[in-house]
Amino acid sequence: MSISIEGITKHFGSFQALKNISLEVPDGQLVGLLGPSGSGKTTLLRIIAGLETADEGRILFEGEDVTRLHVRERRVGFVFQHYALFRHMTVAENVAFGLDVLPARQRPPAAEIRQRVETLLEMVQLGHLAQRYPSQLSGGQKQRIALARALSMKPKILLLDEPFGALDAKVRKDLRRWLRTLHEEFHFTSVFVTHDQEEALELSDQVAVMSAGRIEQIDSPQQLYAQPSSRFVFDFMGNVNVFAGEADGEILRQGEAWVHLPEAPAAAQQQLYMRSHEVRLQSTPASHAHLPLRIESVSLVGAEVRLELAPQGWHAEDLWEVGITHAQFNSWQPSRGDQCFAVPQVAHAIAVNAHTPVTLRWRAGEMDDPAAMI
Amino acid sequence: MQRKKMRAGDQPLVRWTLIILAVVTTLLMLVIPLILIFETAFSAGAGTYWENLANRYTVHAIGLTLLVAALTVPINLVFGVFLAWLVTRFEFPGRKALITLIDIPFAVSPVVAGLLYLLLYGSNGWVGSWLMNHDVQLMFSWPGIVMVTVFVTCPFVARELIPLMQQQGREEEEAGVVLGATGWQLFRRITLPNIQWALLYGVVLTNARAVGEFGAVSVVSGNIRGETNTLSLHVELLYQDYNVVGAFAAASLLAGIALITIIVKSFVEWRQARQRAPLNELSDNR
Repeated sequence: MSISIEGITKHFGSFQALKNISLEVPDGQLVGLLGPSGSGKTTLLRIIAGLETADEGRILFEGEDVTRLHVRERRVGFVFQHYALFRHMTVAENVAFGLDVLPARQRPPAAEIRQRVETLLEMVQLGHLAQRYPSQLSGGQKQRIALARALSMKPKILLLDEPFGALDAKVRKDLRRWLRTLHEEFHFTSVFVTHDQEEALELSDQVAVMSAGRIEQIDSPQQLYAQPSSRFVFDFMGNVNVFAGEADGEILRQGEAWVHLPEAPAAAQQQLYMRSHEVRLQSTPASHAHLPLRIESVSLVGAEVRLELAPQGWHAEDLWEVGITHAQFNSWQPSRGDQCFAVPQVAHAIAVNAHTPVTLRWRAGEMDDPAAMI
Repeated sequence: MQRKKMRAGDQPLVRWTLIILAVVTTLLMLVIPLILIFETAFSAGAGTYWENLANRYTVHAIGLTLLVAALTVPINLVFGVFLAWLVTRFEFPGRKALITLIDIPFAVSPVVAGLLYLLLYGSNGWVGSWLMNHDVQLMFSWPGIVMVTVFVTCPFVARELIPLMQQQGREEEEAGVVLGATGWQLFRRITLPNIQWALLYGVVLTNARAVGEFGAVSVVSGNIRGETNTLSLHVELLYQDYNVVGAFAAASLLAGIALITIIVKSFVEWRQARQRAPLNELSDNR
């Protein structure tokens, strides 16, 4: 069932939580709403469910206007951030609740309800906990029960509010994979809220990045990562190295550091955004960039070696972070205090008062002598 | 060695002085008077005690008191639940003011409350004179007694429920409504089980106060023996008649109700603590 969100606006008192939001969720897709807290993502999710009413705008399910339809009639599955399990009911009673409260004419016989509950609990692999109370479960188990309960009414739409927010990394990972499987199996349309970019990128078919009540960018995870469309998205996606300077022709300069841009920028004040994989480190400066850095820390954990670097003779608000392979690390053997030079391969230039970045690429010919490469 | 284990302020002298002081005060102020009530009530023998209770006016006073409690408790039960639901589940202008207003009956002296009702609903009052023309008399009859008792006891249930319902939040109810439950089903199957012990606690307190209320009732009842005399008013009347034993016999009934209230209250508190304990222990485990 597709979801169309058309021009949704919402105020809480004088605070505008959502500003004219429009979003299309095609049938069967898993869409992540990504943003910092206060960006309005949960409010939007609650409006889709019908738990809040929008001041303006429409919500359509499969082309049918449900804006005025009561939550009860919308027939969506909703997984709450803190699970919201009924604390005085057993796990089985929790999962059966939706079926139990059906009007007598539509309610399946007790035996069938029991059967359905059993199947749902088997599906979340928690059949052995049917007679437990929520307070006796771990966070991950509660989350799975909450999911089973949300799926008990066979919803065509499943909405999840920070579904894995309160769980530890290992459990999160399992649950994420498992939600993906469920999604493929049941083929519901799903919208979930998260503030974790990794989660959004891994789970979603499409990610909508939200900030201050607006959608900044809607794209596939690949596209979003490759082409962040604004300064905000860049910052929010994390781990970005910034070089701010003043352009003099094609040379962008700050203190002792400079970068030779492929073409002269329109405005003089420019910031270059470079993700850690878009920068290479060398022991000598390259012909098109002179960005001296001192190694502040070396972290060997994970698939690559992460270096934290402090600018030398120029200034950056945050330390730079660049990843090198373990092979590079072994041949170079860098340690704290060593000097090196950053060489951008791809950079995203944003003029100081502008919003959208211009992607810059340096042609291979401009890159330099392999001897200097680490 | 012994000294080192002591916590700050944990000196034997201070500790024992405080303990003795507390015990003596409790005995003097609470236990001895309570025993004296029963002692005086039975001072002329058990036969006289039963005779006193079987007195026509006393029986009527007991009946009226029970009637007042029987009407007040359900009214305030419904009112309290409704009000608590309203202020904890909905946002509306004046919500905070309403929470404060609930406390008025606690803040105002019951006598003042009685006078206010007399002013409003008495035969010369604004509403009362109109009602008088339609042959409805509220003051100086049992409806007036019920009205002021309802007023005086109305905060008990709401006061118990509001903090609990605020703490529990509305997520469970939202989960219920998403799953298709109607308003009544939500209340019956989700809200009520979560608040039942606090509700019972509020009811016990309401009942105790409804039975024992004196000030407000004495203003609006008119003290007509056998007609508008509640048990607490009756105690005073008997005492003024120099029927000390009779007064204490009636008072012993009120004291008995108080004892039962305390026992029920302790039980409910114990149940509430038990209900909460596993939640506190496990709510943070992930």
